[in-house]
Amino acid sequence: MSCGVLAIAEQVNGVFRKVTYEALSEGRVIADGLGCSLSVAVLGSGIKNNSESLGKYGAERILVADDAALEEYMTDTYTNVIAGIVTREKPCVIILGASSRGRDLAARLSARLDAPLAMDCVAVRLDAGNVVVTRPMYGGKILAEIMLEGEPRIIAIRPNSMKIAESQKTGVVEIIVVDKGSTDLKFIEKKLDTGKVELTEADVVVSGGRGMGGPDYSAIEKLAGIFGGAVGASRSAVDEGWRPHSDQVGQTGKVVSPNLYIACGISGAIQHLAGMSSSKVIVAINKDPEAPIFAKADYGIVGDLFEIAPLITEEIKKVKGL
Amino acid sequence: MEVIVLLKQVPSTESFVGISENGLSVKTDDVKWVINPYDEFAVEEALRVKEAHGGSGSVTILSVGTEKAVEAIRTALAMGADKGILISDSAAYNCDGLQTAKILAAAIKSLPFDLIIAGQRAVDGDNYMVGSAVAELLKIPAITMVMKESIADRKITCSRTVEGGMVVIEAPLPALITTQRGLNEPRYASLPGIMKAKKKPLEIKSLKDIGLDSAGTGAPKTKIISLKYPPERKGGRMITGETAADKARALVKALHEEAKIV
Ligand SMILES: Cc1cc2nc3c(=O)[nH]c(=O)nc-3n(C[C@@H](O)[C@H](O)[C@H](O)COP(=O)(O)OP(=O)(O)OC[C@H]3O[C@@H](n4cnc5c(N)ncnc54)[C@H](O)[C@@H]3O)c2cc1C
Ligand SMILES: Cc1cc2nc3c(=O)[nH]c(=O)nc-3n(C[C@H](O)[C@H](O)[C@H](O)COP(=O)(O)OP(=O)(O)OC[C@H]3O[C@@H](n4cnc5c(N)ncnc54)[C@H](O)[C@@H]3O)c2cc1C
Repeated sequence: MSCGVLAIAEQVNGVFRKVTYEALSEGRVIADGLGCSLSVAVLGSGIKNNSESLGKYGAERILVADDAALEEYMTDTYTNVIAGIVTREKPCVIILGASSRGRDLAARLSARLDAPLAMDCVAVRLDAGNVVVTRPMYGGKILAEIMLEGEPRIIAIRPNSMKIAESQKTGVVEIIVVDKGSTDLKFIEKKLDTGKVELTEADVVVSGGRGMGGPDYSAIEKLAGIFGGAVGASRSAVDEGWRPHSDQVGQTGKVVSPNLYIACGISGAIQHLAGMSSSKVIVAINKDPEAPIFAKADYGIVGDLFEIAPLITEEIKKVKGL
Repeated sequence: MEVIVLLKQVPSTESFVGISENGLSVKTDDVKWVINPYDEFAVEEALRVKEAHGGSGSVTILSVGTEKAVEAIRTALAMGADKGILISDSAAYNCDGLQTAKILAAAIKSLPFDLIIAGQRAVDGDNYMVGSAVAELLKIPAITMVMKESIADRKITCSRTVEGGMVVIEAPLPALITTQRGLNEPRYASLPGIMKAKKKPLEIKSLKDIGLDSAGTGAPKTKIISLKYPPERKGGRMITGETAADKARALVKALHEEAKIV
């Protein structure tokens, strides 16, 4: 088949999101399987220099659309530019991260191009030239294998689900000029806490539930902190107003797949499990030995989290030599 | 203000969803059906928009589904929405997200609207796409994952959640927004509301009624070829010890030596 895989990079203030590397690495695997090349589209303003580094993750061509009007992600201008690139490059597969912005773009692009879209994919395989993805449905209660028919096939991958692999290839940067069209949307402002580790991308997530008993999360913030991890919460804790909505893990919050998830004072309701059961290792700390979370945890400790969490923090410091 | 809410009926999040013998569809016999939680936020926000604009205009609930979805639409009417439209057609049952969006867009073409509100995702299909796709097909702007909105001078200003915070964006009406948890706290249907809902208009239409045939929506481009349960997480080991410090030490040892993640 005529082919080419196009990855779409996501950068914030010139820094690429981790899921960009995951999309590129998986894109490389798909391109190799199909025997075709991998390009990556980078949209933004003043981003040329940073873009070169993407070659390290397998992109042969790095297509940079550098324009002041692309400084902020705007659904319509970004869709116009990517659609322009697609018309020119005719990729058979588009791969990007299923971040809040990636999902927004992927959905709009699918309708614009009348192209199949699989959202939140956790695995991709090729089957006699066909692209088959695995994606969770029903809050992760079911895994569906989906065959994408028609081109370009748009694959949005769930953060932290695919391996990052560096490659020997070096990418060539091409500055591209594509019509960005006009925009109906007006950017007003952004309020970003750039120091905060993003839940969906963190290697370690420590979450606190109703068992926290109040808004003081310092005990688990310290534990997350020694890992460079993120702090999450159950819906009950969010409903209490102890944590912002953006910290909620679960079926109506974020889905996380870290290497290590530590649930503190969380009972393990099905809607919470939907958001964290794809974590690689789960630890539960709960004072109720009957708490359902223990049935899903690799390691469980019965006890008071306010006593246990600081002790774990100290032990880890010792192991890490901190 | 004319507001349309895209509403899907879904299995409640507590429901057990089993896989059918053919391995391609789900068993829904034991399922409790509810309004998709994100679409509940959409209904609530639509009612608030209408109220904020002096109660003029109307809130229309639009759904694609089986006749069972009438229950979900009635619940939204009992919350205060004015009318409902259900597109129910056997040719619409095996659709993917893009086809669903095409059906919804076709139905909307004959309706007046200033604002469309959809959920960011349906908790069954989890596709996060139908809202944006409908907006694209209607050639109107969309702002997704909205936590807060306000309308003035035919413009809607929204706070949209992104990784690490919030972005504030403005769009001219007509526009589409999708909901994020935190947007509002949906009201319950009151008893008088439930009584009134029985008399509110609810139309059931076929694809032909909205000027579509199955050719208009095409074939599904994302075809389910198998469904399986995820590998079951088994309860692992309870870490025991005399004191809390013993337990903490034993856990970190296990994370270090067995799981090798510390
Ligand atoms: C019998 C059967 C067969 C199916 N076969 C396939 C298949 O082969 N391939 C496939 O990809 N999917 C299939 N599906 C699932 C498919 O129909 C999804 O429901 C569809 O893809 C929409 O995606 P979603 O529900 O995840 O919506 P999302 O994109 O997650 O929904 C976002 C928002 O869009 C609106 N919305 C979504 N659906 C509707 C609706 N029906 N009515 C009104 N508003 C809506 C709501 O506001 C919702 O909050 C099948 C479903 C059934 C019941
Ligand atoms: C439509 C719908 C969607 C939902 N979506 C979500 C979602 O996305 N995410 C989510 O999390 N929930 C969600 N829920 C809510 C879910 O059903 C549960 O109510 C919620 O997860 C419970 O939170 P929790 O475990 O913190 O609280 P609880 O169930 O109250 O559990 C608190 C736990 O803390 C323990 N504890 C108390 N004190 C201590 C202490 N000092 N040390 C150690 N342990 C202690 C207790 O033994 C108990 O097990 C949803 C519900 C519905 C209906």
